[in-house]
Amino acid sequence: MAFDLKAALLLTFGQTMQMVISSLLAAIIIGGSIGLLLFLTSNTLFLKNRAINQIVGVIINITRSIPFLILLVLMIPVSKAIVHTSIGPNAVVIPLAVAAIAFFGRLSEASFSDVDNGVLEAAIASGASKLSIVLKILLPEALPSLIKNITVTAVSLIGFSAMAGTVGGGGIGDLAIRYGYQRYEPEVMFICVIVLVLLVQIFQIIGDSSAKKLDKTSK
Amino acid sequence: MIEFKHVSVNFKQHKQIFEAVNDAHFKIEKGEIFGIAGSSGAGKSTLLRTINLLQTVSSGEILVDGENITNYRRNQLRILRRNIGMIFQHFNLARNLTVYQNIAFVLKAAGKSKSETETRVNELLKLVNLSDKANSYPANLSGGEKQRVAIARALANDAKILLCDEPTSALDLETTSSILSLLKDLNKKFGITIVIITHELDVIKSICNRCAVMNKGSVIEIGDVYDIFTKPRVDFTRQLLSHTNHFSLPEEIISKMQGPIIRLTFKGDNANNPILSYAANTFQIGFNILLGKIEYINGLPLGILYVELIGEVDTIKLAIEYLAANTADLEVINHGL
Ligand SMILES: Nc1ncnc2c1ncn2[C@@H]1O[C@H](COP(=O)(O)OP(=O)(O)OP(=O)(O)O)[C@@H](O)[C@H]1O
Ligand SMILES: [Mg+2]
Repeated sequence: MAFDLKAALLLTFGQTMQMVISSLLAAIIIGGSIGLLLFLTSNTLFLKNRAINQIVGVIINITRSIPFLILLVLMIPVSKAIVHTSIGPNAVVIPLAVAAIAFFGRLSEASFSDVDNGVLEAAIASGASKLSIVLKILLPEALPSLIKNITVTAVSLIGFSAMAGTVGGGGIGDLAIRYGYQRYEPEVMFICVIVLVLLVQIFQIIGDSSAKKLDKTSK
Repeated sequence: MIEFKHVSVNFKQHKQIFEAVNDAHFKIEKGEIFGIAGSSGAGKSTLLRTINLLQTVSSGEILVDGENITNYRRNQLRILRRNIGMIFQHFNLARNLTVYQNIAFVLKAAGKSKSETETRVNELLKLVNLSDKANSYPANLSGGEKQRVAIARALANDAKILLCDEPTSALDLETTSSILSLLKDLNKKFGITIVIITHELDVIKSICNRCAVMNKGSVIEIGDVYDIFTKPRVDFTRQLLSHTNHFSLPEEIISKMQGPIIRLTFKGDNANNPILSYAANTFQIGFNILLGKIEYINGLPLGILYVELIGEVDTIKLAIEYLAANTADLEVINHGL
């Protein structure tokens, strides 16, 4: 073989993990907060506010309706401004994070909305403050569903990160395209795909088992 | 204790105004168990939820302990709510929290320290007889146990008032009666004022002192439970009662009988007197008892008896006069042949 496959795999795997983990963290923190905001502004028990809810909702929808490939290109100037480069894993983290934030924002809103309103109402009736209800009732009640949705987001991010290779983002997807497609070395592509499949499986297993552990709703 | 002053609640629906509660104006006394009955959609829950302002009122005032709470907001409202517990048909326990954590939450939210919380939760669990379930999750409890946890949570901050929205509607008969007797005990022991909504009139009969009947947003009847059950003033109440008090003679039986058939109602004191045997002896007539029962409403007996009278026409007339004078109510169902 003309190049050191093992070294290339290690390098690109590291790049993929870097892209996925950092954009996933952004999605959880920022997207989760947006999801919470969407929920709180839609619920009369908390801070119902149609205006804020609709404005934020529309922004999320617009972001989500832009195809990822186009978002990648659109974000080049933003990446340049923030991370001072428009190439490499650092640069594509920005569009990945933006897509993931919008994606997880909606999903986490759904997780919060699925919490039984009666449970929240009982907490309001007990005289607890809204902040303590959010932290100690809403979050634990939504947590298993949030974790499932974090898993879904992570798996989509693995797919998106492979696409990011096309604008020079690096990562395993990039390796697969460059060697497998452009230089026609199908075994490299095959190995890359296996690595991606395994990575998705691992995320899925960790996500499912921790969601199950935290979910006490069945016997 | 709780006073409604011309309270109305309106909802806007498709630009139309819908009056869910219409001019409620009455008082619930300290220490009583007060029932609210009425058909579905009558506005019972809406009225109940105005007491802790889960539902804001459109007009009128609500006084709790003489204080107008209608415009309470923020801190004031949260303190009020700590003193008013509430339980629900579907218990509404946080499902990912243990029994202990569910109760501890409302104590910590009220600013109690960790050790105060621990002592109080254990005390409450003992009170509702669930000390061994502290670390269970709601999914592993029976319906009755869940409702007892909800009661413990509602009373955690020493509530003086307990609001109950259909608290036994999701429970079987046996569990219902155990929850009701727990509520009765709490009322006796701590003097807690209990307001209970139910569509099961048996619940009202067994624990309430007074009750209100609602229909289409209005309180149409209010008074002592015994009075309302024995002599309802409004047709709607009579209808409501007939659904549960299904107690009448089948037509075939009535038409088959030879003698006159009367329906006697015994109340309170005279329910236990031997009026029938006295009438039988004095007027020399016979009684053929067709159907009868005695039930207890708020601890007082109410008896209903269908009898066929056998004897001479004249003496039967006298007997009917005597019985009419000595029972709560006498209705001639059929004059006989
Ligand atoms: N938030 C709301 N917005 C609009 N309409 C409402 C709202 N809450 C209640 N209503 C309406 O008000 C009426 C009374 O409702 P409420 O829940 O008080 O009835 P209820 O007597 O408790 O009935 P049930 O026995 O079925 O619980 C119903 O017609 C209901 O549809
Ligand atoms: Mg109701």
